[in-house]
Amino acid sequence: MWHVIHQIVRIGIVTEPAPRVTDADGAAIERIHQDILDILGQALTIREVDAGSCNGCELEISALSNPYYNIEGLGIKFVASPRHADMLLVTGPVSRHMEEALRRTYDATPAPKLVVAVGDCGCTGGIFGEGYATRGKVANVIPVDAVVPGCPPPPLEILRGILGAVRRRQGHPTPDRT
Amino acid sequence: MALAELGLDLRRLPAPLAVWHARVDRAAWSAAPHSVADAGGRLVAVWGVDRRAAGDAMAACAAYALLEGLVWLELRLDAAEQEFPDLAATFPCAGRMQRAMADLSGLHAQGGHDVRAWLDHGLWSPGHAPLQSGAQPATDVAAGTLPAAYPFVRVEGDGVHEIAVGPVHAGIIEPAHFRFSLVGEKVLRLEERLGYTHKGIERRFTELPPLEAHQLAGRVSGDSTVAYAWAYCMALESAWRCEIPDRATWLRALILERERVANHLGDLGALGNDAALSFGLAQFSRLREDWLRLSKEAFGHRLMMDGVVPGGVATDLPQAMLDRMRKHCDKIEQEVRALKVIYDEHAGMQDRFLTTGLVTPQLAAQLGLTGLAGRASAQSADLRCDHDWPPYDRLGVKMATHRNGDVAARVTVRFEETFESLRLIRTICTDLPGGPTRADLQPQVAPSIGAGWVEGWRGEVLVALEIGADGRIVRCHCHDPSWQNWPVVEHAVIGNIVADFPLINKSFNLSYSGHDL
Repeated sequence: MWHVIHQIVRIGIVTEPAPRVTDADGAAIERIHQDILDILGQALTIREVDAGSCNGCELEISALSNPYYNIEGLGIKFVASPRHADMLLVTGPVSRHMEEALRRTYDATPAPKLVVAVGDCGCTGGIFGEGYATRGKVANVIPVDAVVPGCPPPPLEILRGILGAVRRRQGHPTPDRT
Repeated sequence: MALAELGLDLRRLPAPLAVWHARVDRAAWSAAPHSVADAGGRLVAVWGVDRRAAGDAMAACAAYALLEGLVWLELRLDAAEQEFPDLAATFPCAGRMQRAMADLSGLHAQGGHDVRAWLDHGLWSPGHAPLQSGAQPATDVAAGTLPAAYPFVRVEGDGVHEIAVGPVHAGIIEPAHFRFSLVGEKVLRLEERLGYTHKGIERRFTELPPLEAHQLAGRVSGDSTVAYAWAYCMALESAWRCEIPDRATWLRALILERERVANHLGDLGALGNDAALSFGLAQFSRLREDWLRLSKEAFGHRLMMDGVVPGGVATDLPQAMLDRMRKHCDKIEQEVRALKVIYDEHAGMQDRFLTTGLVTPQLAAQLGLTGLAGRASAQSADLRCDHDWPPYDRLGVKMATHRNGDVAARVTVRFEETFESLRLIRTICTDLPGGPTRADLQPQVAPSIGAGWVEGWRGEVLVALEIGADGRIVRCHCHDPSWQNWPVVEHAVIGNIVADFPLINKSFNLSYSGHDL
């Protein structure tokens, strides 16, 4: 136990400030955090769905929980069920074998049902494209609020995408969804 | 000499590791597994190829690893023949690979005892296997169509119940379905259902120019992007008979070892977390982040994707970066050593690790457990040590092995491999030869084959590449060690409590995407 405490004290707190969202008005993180509270009246809960990715995006999404990004410190939490989630963070390309599972996960998610597609494959189908086994981008299967391109996008970009999606929804509780 | 005992007309391919190729008849195909097993060899991969578009036939291929190197056998199948002699009787790990071959290439193992579809969930266009020439473009299935029902093996008896998990999992991990049969908390049986992330990668390869397909190889499994890109490039360079500069080879090894360390740091943290020591996750994920940030600075990408390119590497490193990298290794080693003491001395954690998810050396040998998990169950195989190939022949890699075969052993092997890879990186940074980092690769417009065989962090990755007369890819088969290891996980959890499954599963940390393709 002494070793554990010693290590914790020695390393200290390494968490870095969250990114500024390069939104229209460039709102700072504090503002975004307030937005999350205003819009959702609580912390933001996210269900991550791998709909066929190569696992690269999952590695970077997992990195959001490390002490540098400390996503839980921002009031954002990954949850185990879509029924507990405000947002789905979906990676792709959507394989045909995951298509219906993704749709059902979306159906099980309560309002506000935000969806962020992460990674080039989730945004466009990426190098895999559409074929006998893939449906390509996430938007081909469920409505998408925001996309985070990159292969894979670094954690900071994913965080920006998450915060941006929340922000964009403010004042547009039922946006036009395509 | 096991190789001579095969009695085959073997042709050595121009590759850094010893790779032989031979066309065989049915008798030799059927005899090979016995000779290989007797010689202590192992089956690496089984796949099918369709050359009918070029006026040829279909063929079944198998790759075996022997002390002398890799032996790639090919059995030509006549027009009406869609069956080949089963290999699973000698090498059980062939079972799922043969089922996948039936799904993808339409070739069936004669007398295979499990003929259930494996990668095909019944949602692709019926009629043609996707890797057969002339396969139809996909037709859209109606929204709401579920994958075909899968005949899981039912366990019956007093008090037996099932838990169905997935494909959408509770954590940030890849999709698959796990069906547990239990009495109380105790697992009687686990049956895996994989294939959810099947993206048609092997067909996609045939649509890409050979000089660009390394990018697709680098996305077979994101955590092993370097291993796959290197294996693909090695296969292409082998097919086109190109030798790459020394400095490029050393830099490839540098980034492969960086990938190994990155994954081991991530896993060591996650294993701590799964054993309820979240302190471990916080500490190791901090070190992993430091590690990835330096990779980003050095190679322009945190996971070093597309760092290995045909002919060499994409980025050279200046001396200042090599010095920094060496010092960073010292710092990381010091930190990991301190954390190892904490892990070793933490009674609660060791209680969760020890004897959990046990795979005895005997079972491991029987089922062909490979790679890191294999080494934790006394299966001493590591391509970096077993074969002479540059630059590892100059680095004297020390293999990490353990006999206990439990979660604790797999943790120990990760620690030891981390220290060894840190040593290798430091040595490479010091002894890196000068010269160019990339050779010009001349496309050959002639039929050719090549193999790439690399020890990724999870185990051996094999890429078998075939290029046609028009210079395009006819077939590119990618093999992940997860094919061998997934069936062993089913055995490792028997008798454990279901709550230990995440810990056991993480201790293997197998690939879903690399398996499903």
